[in-house]
Amino acid sequence: MTLLLDLALVAWLLALAVHVVVQRGERSAIIAFLAFGLLLGLAWVRLAAPDVALTEIAIGGGGTGILLLRAEAVLRGRGKEEEPMTRAGKLAVAVGCAAISAGLGLAVLSFASPAPTLAPAAAEALGATGLGNPVTAVLLAYRALDTLLEKIVVLLALIGVWSLAPDGVWDGAPEVKPAIVPGPLTYLARILPPFGIVIGVYMFWVGADAPGGTFQAGTVLAAMWLLVMMAGLKPPPDTSRPLLVLALTGGPALFLAIAFLGSIFAEGFLAYPEGLAKPLIVAIEAALTLSVAAALAMLVAGPARKAPAR
Amino acid sequence: MTPFAHATTPGGFLLVLAVILPVCAVLAIFACGPRSAARIAMTTLAAGLAIAIAIAVELIASGAALSYVVGAWRPPLGIALRADGLSGAMLVMTALVVVTVGLFARVQYGLHDGAGGGRAQTTFWLMLLALWSALNAVFVGEDLFNLYVALELLTFAAVPLVCLDGRAETVKAALRYLLFALVGSLLYLLGTGLIYGQYGTLDLLTLSRLSRQEPALSAALALMIVGLLAKAALFPLHLWLPPAHAGAPAPASAVLSALVVKAPVFLILRLVLDVAPPQAAAIAGQLLAVLGAASILFCSVMALRQARLKLMIAYSTVAQIGYLFIVFPLAAGSAELPPWGTIAWTGGALQLVSHALAKAAMFLAAGVIAEAFGHDRIADLGGFGRALPLSAAAFGLAGLSLMGIPPSGGFVAKCLLLTAAVIEGYPWLAATILAGGLLAGGYVFRVIDTALAIPAVPVAPRRPVPRRLELAALALAVAAVLLGLVPLRPFGLLQIGRDGLAMAGLP
Repeated sequence: MTLLLDLALVAWLLALAVHVVVQRGERSAIIAFLAFGLLLGLAWVRLAAPDVALTEIAIGGGGTGILLLRAEAVLRGRGKEEEPMTRAGKLAVAVGCAAISAGLGLAVLSFASPAPTLAPAAAEALGATGLGNPVTAVLLAYRALDTLLEKIVVLLALIGVWSLAPDGVWDGAPEVKPAIVPGPLTYLARILPPFGIVIGVYMFWVGADAPGGTFQAGTVLAAMWLLVMMAGLKPPPDTSRPLLVLALTGGPALFLAIAFLGSIFAEGFLAYPEGLAKPLIVAIEAALTLSVAAALAMLVAGPARKAPAR
Repeated sequence: MTPFAHATTPGGFLLVLAVILPVCAVLAIFACGPRSAARIAMTTLAAGLAIAIAIAVELIASGAALSYVVGAWRPPLGIALRADGLSGAMLVMTALVVVTVGLFARVQYGLHDGAGGGRAQTTFWLMLLALWSALNAVFVGEDLFNLYVALELLTFAAVPLVCLDGRAETVKAALRYLLFALVGSLLYLLGTGLIYGQYGTLDLLTLSRLSRQEPALSAALALMIVGLLAKAALFPLHLWLPPAHAGAPAPASAVLSALVVKAPVFLILRLVLDVAPPQAAAIAGQLLAVLGAASILFCSVMALRQARLKLMIAYSTVAQIGYLFIVFPLAAGSAELPPWGTIAWTGGALQLVSHALAKAAMFLAAGVIAEAFGHDRIADLGGFGRALPLSAAAFGLAGLSLMGIPPSGGFVAKCLLLTAAVIEGYPWLAATILAGGLLAGGYVFRVIDTALAIPAVPVAPRRPVPRRLELAALALAVAAVLLGLVPLRPFGLLQIGRDGLAMAGLP
């Protein structure tokens, strides 16, 4: 029965992928791509990777979807300057993708069985962190340096997007409200955020011991904030607004501070003192959740378009 | 697994500082706002230079690699940082270029919008520092996924630098660069996943000690190297580079061309040397050398044909990167001589460093010229050497290194590579090195000739350029020439920390 379910899932995924590629209308291709992201999330659940599934649904299905739809809305109606891709170009891309897929398939089939894994080691070391979710332990203890630098990457992406604004309005506010706000959107923006915020906080809180964590929680919170901004209930802030800057830098700054304290009070940079690991990690996660939420929402909102209110 | 793999050495914390300090400055600038950007950046540049020099001193004093186990979580579960002699040389080179470029930018921005930072200036300082962090992380990384994060940091710091001026054409160049870089990252990440699936570890030191015969490893490395080639802009994946590097502001072009493209080359070197199975490494080395030779010839000719100075310098970058790839078959080594004991290894490392210094000098000199005359069309610059003698001198000295004329770092590098090509029996590579030198002579002398020309109407600068601006370019060019004073033999610093690694060919 589960085999049948898995086969159906695979068939759906393949069909949707082909549909996304051959579909001529951009809008329907994007919507199919969103559905693809959601189904891919299900596939990750079937592979017993709920953390990946949550991220895939939040980013692949949600975040990317909003970005693509907004980009399509901006581009629609403008004359297309670029000539469409030639048949030879499409063929080259297809051949390249096919070669990589075939290579990947062959390589994966040649893996030793059972595959070597660090999962037992990761579970064994959990005791020292006081956490219950090994994924969180990997992200915030064993490989915390990667997570720290990734958060800087997100911040850099935001600075990069902001740098695209014209000189005069650079530190002003972005514009996300459409010319006409549809009624249902306003209604949703009033009803949904309280629930979304509760779900976001819950995802962050259980992340220490169960699937969930900063990135997933941050994405949910970002979506709620975007909803409010897009419905025009609360305009986006100036990019130079102190509270926004605090939210964006707070997470990485706290992470760095605790990392440096670790080299004084614990075994080294990014090490946690014994017994204090869990509270420190939860504190870092809380600050990071806010930073991720602010960064993702502002990334989707785009560069500033209005002069700062000063 | 090897229990003795990584252990924190004295001075290992310097590696953490090298990676983390610029990141701290990025957060500080972001939090404190544009007004203090230049001041924070200047302080960080000084501190970062001191850290890089301290690492080099520690390496030479101890004669062994520096290591740091982050968070005391040992690999394979955790991440280690490690700097051997080559990494140390890269760190010092990066620090020199970044600091000089920083000083140049400080003066140049001072000319235009005073102390208060605008959009372009603030973004420049943020990205310059983030870029420094990323480069240091690439040079000291020991973990394939940690290196992926470093590459991402590098990409997201480098791309906004391309379109700082906000013109539509530079935004387009930046977008193209972003797409190439992201496809490269994706391929690298796929390969990393395959390696973890096969071996259950991402630690380079552990990987180098395993017997590595599995087909999955070859597939993974092929994906990773192709991805890195796209980032390094080796022919025929170079299409994104000339518009991106030529369109950026001068100080940004200097770091992009001198440093950013070197990071993927460094990683390819580590993958081929430390991880690849010996037979596959030999085949890959030959292929890389063919592409390198094609890069040298094709892009040198393209450089000759450019009408604009900055585009010419950008094409020259792709050509000079080609030299780094012909090192692979030449430095293959043998049973009694490890790769890092060969003269080609020293030649390659010298080429990398001397090109970084010379190319940064050239872009800064071109920046001064554009600042003074408001354009960089070579044909309309006749006699610019009279107005800007220091910049013309900087360009000429840097050119010596690119052509490979003594005394210069480029001469020693190309001489070592040429000798290696003859000894190892690669006449076609020897011919390519000579032809590349001649072509470089062609495009450098075209500019020198313009500088010394006596036109009927002498060109006059639009506005006076402060001497300090010209001195930055000259300092880098002189450093590139001084590199030529190192002796013509395998260089000791570059071998520190290598002997501890597994030798290619051992069972």
